[in-house]
Amino acid sequence: MSEEVLQQAAPGLVPGSGTARAAKPTRLSPSFISWLQAGPMMLVFLAFFLIPLVFVVIVSFWDYNEYQLLPAFSGRGYTDTFEGCIAQLPDLCTIGKTYVKTLKLCFMVWAITLFIGFWVAYFLAFHVKSKTWQMGLSLLCTIPFWTSNVIRMIAWIPLLGRNGLVNSGLVKTGLVNHPVEWLLFSEFSVVLALVHLFTFFMVVPIFNSMIRIDKSLIEAAYDAGATGFQTLVNVIIPLAKPGIVIGSIFVITIVMGDFITIGVMGGQQIAAAGKIIETRVNALQFPAAAANAVILLVITFLIITMMSRIVDIKKEL
Amino acid sequence: MSKTTGTKGVSRRTLLKGTAGLAGLAAGSGAITGFPYVKSADAKVLRYLGTAVNEGDDISKQCLKDTGIKIEYITATTDDVTKRVMTQPNSFDVLDTEYFSLKKIVPSGNILALDARKIKEFDNITPVFTKGETPGGKKIGGQGTAPWKVLYLEGKDSKKFATSATEFVTLIPTVYNADTLGIRPDLIKRPISSWSELLNPEFKGKASILNIPSIGIMDAAMVVEATGKYKYADKGNMTKEEIDLTMKVMTEAKKAGQFRAFWKDFNESVNLMASGETVIQSMWSPAVTKVRSMGIACTFQPLKEGYRSWASGFCVSKGVSGAKLDWAYEFVNWFLSGYAGAYLNRQGYYSAVLSTAKAHMEPYEWAYWMEGKPAEKDIKAPDGSLLEKAGAVRDGGSYEDRMGAVACWNAVMDENDYMVRKWNEFIAA
Repeated sequence: MSEEVLQQAAPGLVPGSGTARAAKPTRLSPSFISWLQAGPMMLVFLAFFLIPLVFVVIVSFWDYNEYQLLPAFSGRGYTDTFEGCIAQLPDLCTIGKTYVKTLKLCFMVWAITLFIGFWVAYFLAFHVKSKTWQMGLSLLCTIPFWTSNVIRMIAWIPLLGRNGLVNSGLVKTGLVNHPVEWLLFSEFSVVLALVHLFTFFMVVPIFNSMIRIDKSLIEAAYDAGATGFQTLVNVIIPLAKPGIVIGSIFVITIVMGDFITIGVMGGQQIAAAGKIIETRVNALQFPAAAANAVILLVITFLIITMMSRIVDIKKEL
Repeated sequence: MSKTTGTKGVSRRTLLKGTAGLAGLAAGSGAITGFPYVKSADAKVLRYLGTAVNEGDDISKQCLKDTGIKIEYITATTDDVTKRVMTQPNSFDVLDTEYFSLKKIVPSGNILALDARKIKEFDNITPVFTKGETPGGKKIGGQGTAPWKVLYLEGKDSKKFATSATEFVTLIPTVYNADTLGIRPDLIKRPISSWSELLNPEFKGKASILNIPSIGIMDAAMVVEATGKYKYADKGNMTKEEIDLTMKVMTEAKKAGQFRAFWKDFNESVNLMASGETVIQSMWSPAVTKVRSMGIACTFQPLKEGYRSWASGFCVSKGVSGAKLDWAYEFVNWFLSGYAGAYLNRQGYYSAVLSTAKAHMEPYEWAYWMEGKPAEKDIKAPDGSLLEKAGAVRDGGSYEDRMGAVACWNAVMDENDYMVRKWNEFIAA
């Protein structure tokens, strides 16, 4: 394609073709060209996100039996999910308990990953001076993704198990008489594994926000007599907010939907919103699974809306 | 690449030209001598969907050698196999599934009724499947989805199970076993003889059960009956009240901290047992063998209340017809002709046609695996690794003793939907 043709198709795309040529009349209107540019992404978004999502919502209102979907309107997926919730009050029903547990895990993982992620990003952005080291250390953070779930599962048992490394160490040093049972197959191990996996999702966006902070602002704060803590609270945290929110959205959406890590590390004994969906799908109850997916989506969406109320990401970006 | 372009030689374009030329040449030569190639592309291929139980490299290699049929394995979990039959019935030719899945699969109309007259060994299939009794005449427990209840269809295109023998067969049996609890005798140090031990507070925090609702609830029911709390009319088809009662017992035990973890796949169960996290749990026979092969004592413990059994076999997809259907019959006939049966017997499972499998096994192997006699020689797994030293006796004894003590079969209940919801409550409790 010659530069001439390219210029006609998308003015401004060809470098160095600035003002002189742009003055020439073009046959395509600018708005059409922006549509053209946004088009492929929109189509992908439509085909792989919006349309499937619409199907999920539609199917969630279908009826079902043991072996097929019945395309007739029914709220059974939802009523079955909330079965006995009112009768059981003030006790929580299954779905209520499951969401309380999921939210609790989600909150713990979010708080810990935010704390660790923030300081790791702070270290990378302000203490590591060389770009090479920044790159190298960021890559180091990806190590948890080099292993599969199965390998992690097998790796945790010899470490945290009843006869594991940690427990035998504790018993030998005389700190405890009997092996500590809550190290494995507990909320502790679930949170540990999730933090291990997802802190990286906090580090990257926060680091990204932090390296864009103008260093002269920090110098100015220093010159104006601010202490290190005051600089952190009044300069760095506000400017790193978009990164914090994006990282939080990553972590919250992943943990809310997770059922594999919670299943494996929790010894399959801890209920999770994602687990209910999996059980339903395995029992071929697709409408009920879809209904639960919709409920999970709505709750996650509410959390994210609340967060973006606190920080206007669009404005900050 | 960059080095060569750096000096002078081959540019990317000429290299491409070169490869294109080579490809053309190859295609050309293929066209000249190509007819055998075209024929081999049209080889007898069957897409085989199933769990990993029957799927062995050795079996597919031997099958190719004997019949020229190439088997392409599509491996999935039991749940995923059923899902695939419902949603993509044309993505496989032969289906390897369990009898209890038939209650879902047959009404969906996605499988073909097989003609019993075309199955050579059909009349030699063990009476366990056809009559519900062992070859020695012991009556087998029929609770749950017992194979003989769902073996026949009323007609060729019927979606209803026939109550007596017809020539239209839903599933040709291949492999089955009697399941029980696995225990760590080195950590328990006393005899275990009842399912009720699973809930014995002595093993608090050291017990486990499998988190597959339809099978887990059967094990739970075996436990409830063993404790004497309740006697079910049919453990494999409970009423809502019975489901509530069963889950109440299990939930109380869970809240009291009885269970260390639940497991969902083979490896999880092996890890739990091998690491000593659990000492008593629901287990599958090859998982016990696996723990033992790691040098750790593990027993597939026979219990006085009997076994929970399962059985699987071959269905054919509704989309299969013509020559492919002939190959499917050829494959099923080959599978029952002995090699595969002997192979499965040596893994600790049982083959559907005993006589042909026996012919493919050494007498000492048959005596150990099927007759419950002490091994005359070292017992080797199909891959040649040592399973048991000479003198060992199989857990649970002979085929007659084990299959004769089956109390119930894996099942899909009429109240399956309710049961799954209650199971979720149990997990969330």
